[in-house]
Amino acid sequence: MYKHILLAADGSENAVRAAKEAIKMASCLEDSTVEIVYVVDFDKSKSEVLHSSSSEVINLERRKKITKVEQLFKESNVSYKVIFLHGSPGPEIVKYANEQKVDLVVIGSRGLNGLQEMVLGSVSHKVMKRVNCPALIVK
Amino acid sequence: MQTLKQQWFGNIRGDILSGLVVALALIPEAIAFSIIAGVDPMIGLYASFTMAVTIAFAGGRPGMISAATGAMALVLVPLVRDYGLGYLFAATLLTGVIQIIFGVLKIAKLLKFLPNAVMIGFVNSLAILIFMAQVPHFIGISPMTYVFVGITLVLVYTLPRFIKVIPAPLIAIVTLTIVAIFSGVNLRTIGDLGTISQTLPTFNIPDVPFNLETFKIIFPFSLSLAIVGLVESLLTSRIVDDMTGTESNKNQEARGQGLANIVTGFFGGMAGCAMIGQSVINVKSGGRGRLSTLIAGVFLMFLILVLGDLVVKIPMPVLVGIMIMVCIGTFDWTSFKYLVKAPRTDAIVMLTTVVIVVWTHDLSKGVIAGVILSALFFVVKISSVKITQESNRYFVNGQLFFASTDPFVDYFKYNEIKDKTILIDFSNSRIWDESGVGALLKVEDLLKERGIQVEVVELDAASSKIISKLENVSSSH
Repeated sequence: MYKHILLAADGSENAVRAAKEAIKMASCLEDSTVEIVYVVDFDKSKSEVLHSSSSEVINLERRKKITKVEQLFKESNVSYKVIFLHGSPGPEIVKYANEQKVDLVVIGSRGLNGLQEMVLGSVSHKVMKRVNCPALIVK
Repeated sequence: MQTLKQQWFGNIRGDILSGLVVALALIPEAIAFSIIAGVDPMIGLYASFTMAVTIAFAGGRPGMISAATGAMALVLVPLVRDYGLGYLFAATLLTGVIQIIFGVLKIAKLLKFLPNAVMIGFVNSLAILIFMAQVPHFIGISPMTYVFVGITLVLVYTLPRFIKVIPAPLIAIVTLTIVAIFSGVNLRTIGDLGTISQTLPTFNIPDVPFNLETFKIIFPFSLSLAIVGLVESLLTSRIVDDMTGTESNKNQEARGQGLANIVTGFFGGMAGCAMIGQSVINVKSGGRGRLSTLIAGVFLMFLILVLGDLVVKIPMPVLVGIMIMVCIGTFDWTSFKYLVKAPRTDAIVMLTTVVIVVWTHDLSKGVIAGVILSALFFVVKISSVKITQESNRYFVNGQLFFASTDPFVDYFKYNEIKDKTILIDFSNSRIWDESGVGALLKVEDLLKERGIQVEVVELDAASSKIISKLENVSSSH
């Protein structure tokens, strides 16, 4: 079964639904863990630094984006940890998942911005194509 | 913090590749900033070489790129125009000395207090000024100029979607220069505005009289340059810290910037600092260590030595197009949302910073004005004390100190109080100094005269301490 699950979270409603599925999968096995991965986009670094007074504030704001997801995990009995990566979301998730040899990647079908998706293609699509393990894309 | 060996050799492959990319991206900017300052392109190119190489060794933020910058070039304009090159080099030297002093005095800590509003104003006004400096090079010159600026912009924004390895500005420069040469269109080139010499920089003592007169001329410029350079460098280092998820030594960076400017002044370059755009490119291209900065500087010099006579053929409109892209990248586009959503005082500070910079063409003046204004707003905000009443309990809301005693005393002076005994509740307040204690005693006396008993409740430990201390003093008289 899936012992080591990676959940990609980006603060969207899709990610919350994906979290619910990840919890279901993880609950099947006693000692499975979920890594909640949030990718801090390189392109947003400049503006986030400009608009916050310290690195502590930036980290707090980012942490806030995944509180909903984290809450779900707290309510369930699944063990989890939160990982922040830096880079562009798709490739970073793929790289991390492959390096850590996770058993399953769970990801929402689309993120925050419909327009960006049209231009850049969806992160979930990129991840599914290039990750070495099975991927669950949640509608 | 990583060891020095890791900082140099922890990421050799990534650092070499990203260094090459940055060198290519640096050349057009170094040339454009020289043109803004009103000097030969070589002055900016030499500066970019010496800044990058020195910072690679002396900086406090591995992976950050320093070179000739727009922010510094803008400050230098009047100095170059009125006094000439010798004074530019001398001012660059003095800038370095001031920055080292700032670094030794641990001034980087003070820059932590720069409000966001000022920082946002800083990058926005920088973008506006660099854009304004491009205008004379493309408005009303020739129809073909507009066409080339337009094509450059289209290329630099669409190419990155298809070609990720080679920087789009480089592709735009190479193809459009070839097109311009072979089609024979009449466009101004970099060669029309200055010369490129294919030689290494040499050590020179600036050719100025070493006396008080010279010092008086260059000192105001050097002080502005030192402030602007450190503000941009420390902002950039925070961005690189965030992107890489690592920490850096801000005071070492300040001293490194100083040393780099001293070296640059001696080797015939203009004052420089860290660059946000180039540092972001470096990190995105995989650069993390000191090696990337060194490679960027060395490869830039190598390219100029080898290809110098081709560089002069680059059409100005292409360079202008790239600089417009740089402005768009520098500007903080979330500012418009910020203006609507942020507290009014923050929005005013941001706009004031921008207006003063655009007015004076000096980023340091905007920063100083912004800091003073936000400090004033802070004092006004912190010195407001409001009192709310619930039956005979009066809540003090806000800090009680020398600047805020008046509204506190006035409330009890002018409001009619019907109860014979009242409680003054300090759970939402704190007394900071003698004036605060004095104001409280004054209110007690005032109310006693009117036959009202006062009991002070919910004082925190710090406030109680200062009250008892001062009461002891007054009773010992």
